[in-house]
Amino acid sequence: MAEMEIDVRGQTCPIPLVECRKALKKASPGDLVIVKGTHPASRKEIPMACEAMGLKVLGIEDKEGGKEWEIKIQR
Amino acid sequence: MGEKTVIILHSGDMDKVYSALIIANGALAMGMEASIYFTFWGLMRLKKGELDKGPLSKMNMLGLGRQMIKRRMDRANVASLERLMNDFKELGGKIIACEMTMEIMGLSKEDLRTDWIDEWGAVGSYIQEARNANVTLFI
Repeated sequence: MAEMEIDVRGQTCPIPLVECRKALKKASPGDLVIVKGTHPASRKEIPMACEAMGLKVLGIEDKEGGKEWEIKIQR
Repeated sequence: MGEKTVIILHSGDMDKVYSALIIANGALAMGMEASIYFTFWGLMRLKKGELDKGPLSKMNMLGLGRQMIKRRMDRANVASLERLMNDFKELGGKIIACEMTMEIMGLSKEDLRTDWIDEWGAVGSYIQEARNANVTLFI
């Protein structure tokens, strides 16, 4: 089981969603994809996208006093 | 077959091309299929080197307004249209080019970015795409 980390800190709509999708496409079933970002809307939209695609969000963590977030997804 | 978003891009204005590509990328990113039908002024943006050459839909002011918006977009770290197009293609997005517009505008296939275009068609192609789409937009 591999782990993939993507850093979209500082990126705005729609790049965090798009990069997350690209990583999920490359990942194999069971792999972990960790997305690090700052764009506020993507913090809720990435989990929405995962739910729509039937993927499990293992956790959402806020960092740097709420300025950054980290979302862990299982492919 | 999965859910689908189909967009007609009639406008060649820079801001509207952004709308189309952002929405289409969003659809792909959220697990839908997506296609964009480029027609009329929109088709001009498929000419080689012209993707980001459209004017602003409002307050273009001979290009001054456009320049100002571009600067603000750079500052806000908004992705370029070229990048959005590449992402769209990488995620499996489909581009359809309107053949009637080509005829009207006197364009041949060599004038266009054929590496982006998946299909050449007319209204029937759009309807066939949109028939089972969940989201369809005219921009």
